[in-house]
Amino acid sequence: MTKLAVANNLFCERDDRILFKDLSLNITQGEIVHIKGPNGAGKTTLLRRLIGLSWVVEGDLSWHESVSESGIRPDGHRFWYLAHRPAVTLMQTPLENLAFAVAMHQADVSEPSLWAALADVGLKGFEDVPAHSLSAGQQRRVALARLYLNLPQIKLWVLDEPFTALDVQAVSQLETTIESFAEQGGTVIMTSHHGLHHTSVRELHIGAAA
Amino acid sequence: MIKLVQHTLQRELTLAYRRRADLLNPLFFFVLVVSLFPMGITTDLDKLTEMSGGVLWVCALLASLLSLDLMFRNDFEDGSLEQMLLSSAPPQVIVLCKIFCHWLVTGVPLTLLSPLLSIMLALPGHALPVLMASLLLGTFSLSLIGSIGAALTVGLRKGGLLLTILIMPVLVPVLIFGTSTVQAIVLGLAWPGYLAFLGAFTAGAFALAPWLTVAALKVSVCD
Amino acid sequence: MWQLFVRWFHKWSSPKWFYEMSKPWSFWLGWAALLITTTAIIWGLGFAPVERLQGNSYRIIFIHVPSAFLSEAIYVTIAIAGAIGLIWRIKLAYYVAKICVPLGMSMAFLALATGAIWGKPTWGHWWVWDMRITSMLILLLLYIGLWALHNAMERPESGDRAAAILALVGVVNIPVIKFSVNLVTTLHQPATLKFTEKAPMHISMLIPLLLSILGFYLAFLALMLVRSRIEILRRERKAKWVQQEIEQLGNR
Repeated sequence: MTKLAVANNLFCERDDRILFKDLSLNITQGEIVHIKGPNGAGKTTLLRRLIGLSWVVEGDLSWHESVSESGIRPDGHRFWYLAHRPAVTLMQTPLENLAFAVAMHQADVSEPSLWAALADVGLKGFEDVPAHSLSAGQQRRVALARLYLNLPQIKLWVLDEPFTALDVQAVSQLETTIESFAEQGGTVIMTSHHGLHHTSVRELHIGAAA
Repeated sequence: MIKLVQHTLQRELTLAYRRRADLLNPLFFFVLVVSLFPMGITTDLDKLTEMSGGVLWVCALLASLLSLDLMFRNDFEDGSLEQMLLSSAPPQVIVLCKIFCHWLVTGVPLTLLSPLLSIMLALPGHALPVLMASLLLGTFSLSLIGSIGAALTVGLRKGGLLLTILIMPVLVPVLIFGTSTVQAIVLGLAWPGYLAFLGAFTAGAFALAPWLTVAALKVSVCD
Repeated sequence: MWQLFVRWFHKWSSPKWFYEMSKPWSFWLGWAALLITTTAIIWGLGFAPVERLQGNSYRIIFIHVPSAFLSEAIYVTIAIAGAIGLIWRIKLAYYVAKICVPLGMSMAFLALATGAIWGKPTWGHWWVWDMRITSMLILLLLYIGLWALHNAMERPESGDRAAAILALVGVVNIPVIKFSVNLVTTLHQPATLKFTEKAPMHISMLIPLLLSILGFYLAFLALMLVRSRIEILRRERKAKWVQQEIEQLGNR
C-alpha cells in the first residue's frame, strides 16, 4: 500500500508545556488513523500540522507526491478537513454552505447530488432554512454532508472530533460511512474520544499517558 | 477557477445583503461626520468650497475604515476562513473576490452618496465627476490595503481600533492624492496628474495586497 | 564562496552562537559609540563655529540629524529582518526586528522633538507642515502600529510574523508616502521649502556632524546587540544553555 505521509520527530511545545515529542507517524493509504489522547494533549494541533495550519509543531513531515504540494500542505482538492469550527455560515442555508464548500475545491457536483447528500445527513426539509435556525447537532450535520458527496478526487478525510453533538443514530451512521470510505481505498485521519471498531483502524496515543 | 470566482462573489454579495444593517452604518457615519464640519468650523460657503474636497475625503476614509473589521471576522469565527486557505485554488483569488465585494458594498455606495454631501459643502458642480472618480479609485485601494490590516487583526477580539492604528499611516498617500485631485480642479489647476498617481497607487496595491493579505491570514488562522 | 556564505548565515541564525559572539562586540561597540558621540557633541556644541544666519540654534542638528537618519535606517532594518524571518523562518531575525521597534520609535520621537525645538527660533513656529516633518510623523505612526501589533498578539510568535508583514507593507510605502507628502506640502505652502534648503555646510561643522552620525549608528548597533541578547534569554528560556547562563548571571 502507498505511504501517504511520513512524519518524524514531531515536537510540540505550547505555553511552556511540552505536548508531545519524538512523535513519529506513518499514514498508509486505506487506513483509519485514530488519534487518541486526553483533552489538551495536542490532538487538534497535530491534525492541523498535518494539513499545514499549525506552526507550533516542529519536525519533518512529508506527504506522498500525489497528495503533497511543495511538501507543506496536501493539495487542496484531495482532502476534506472537518474542523472544530465547522465552517457553516449561519446566514446561509445548508444548501448554499455545501455548494460553496464544493466550489472551493473546484469540483463539479450537480444540484440533485447536493440535495441527496443533505438528505443523507438527515436534513431533508431543512435545505433552504437559514443555518442559524438549526440546532447545534444539525449545524454539525451540514458540515458532515460534504462527506456524503463521494467526490472521486477526494481520497483523504481529516476529521477533528466528527462525532461531536451528534445523536446515537447519526454516530453509528457516520461510523459506517467512515469505514466504507476506508474500504474503498480512502484514508481517514481523525481525532475522537469515541472508539471505532474496524480492522483498518490504527490507534495513535499521544499526550500525558505516554 | 471562473466558477470559484463566480461562487465567491455570489456568496459574498448575498451575505452582504443579508447583513445589510452592518453596511448602512458606515454610510450614516459618512453623512453625519460630513455635516458636522460646517457646524464645527464655518458656515461660510466660500471657505467650505475650499475645504470640501479634503473633508469629503477624510470622512470617506474614516467611514470605510469602520467597515474593514467585518471583512474577515465572520468567516474567521465560523471556520470558513481556514477552509478558504485550504482551497484547491490559490487563496489569493478568494481574497481578491472578498476585497472586490467589500468595495462594491462600501466604496461604491460612499461614492454614490458623495454628490449629495458635496452640495452641502458647496463643491462646484464641475468638480463633482472628478470627485466621484477619485473616490471610486481611492476607496478601492482603501479596501485593498485595508484587507491586510483586517487580516492581521482578525484573530484579536478587539481588533477594530488596532486595525485603524495599523492601516491609517499607510493610507496617507491615498488621502493626499485624492484630496489633491479634488482641490486641483476646484482651484482650476491641472488635475489629471493627481488622479493618475491615485490610479498608479491603486494598481500597486492591487498587485501586492492579495499576497500580503493571505500571508497575514495565515498568521491569524495558524496556531 | 556561496557555501561559505550559507554556513556563515546559518551560524549567525543560531541564537546561542549569536549570544556568545555578540558579547564582546556589544562591549566594544558600546564604548566606541560613547566615546565618538561624546566627542562629536562636545565639539559640535562647544567648538564648532556659529552659523551665519541661525546663530547658535543650529547646533541642535548634531542630535537632530543623526536621530532622523537612524529612525529611517532602523525601519528598513526591521523590514529586512522581518523578511528574513518570514522567508527562512529564522527566529533570531524576529527577535532583532522586535527589539528594534522601540529603538526606532524613540529615534523618530527624538527627531520630531528636536525638530520642533529647532523650528521655534528658525521658523517662529513649533510645528510646520513641512515635508520632512510630516514624513517623520508618519514614520512615528508606523512605529506605533508595529509596537501596538506586537503588544496585542497573545502569542509572541504570531506577533513576530504579523509585525514582519506590517513592516513590509510600511517599507514599500515609505517612498510613496514621502512622494505624496512632498506633493501636498509644495501645493499648499511653497514658502516653507525655502527654509529647509541648506546652504553648503562648512567643513568645521560637517566633521562633528558626521562624527555624531557615526556615533549614533554605533550606539544603535551596540544597543541592538544588548537588547537582542536579553530578548534571546527571554524567548529561549527553556533551552538548557540559557538556563545555565541565567544561573551564572544570578550567581555573579
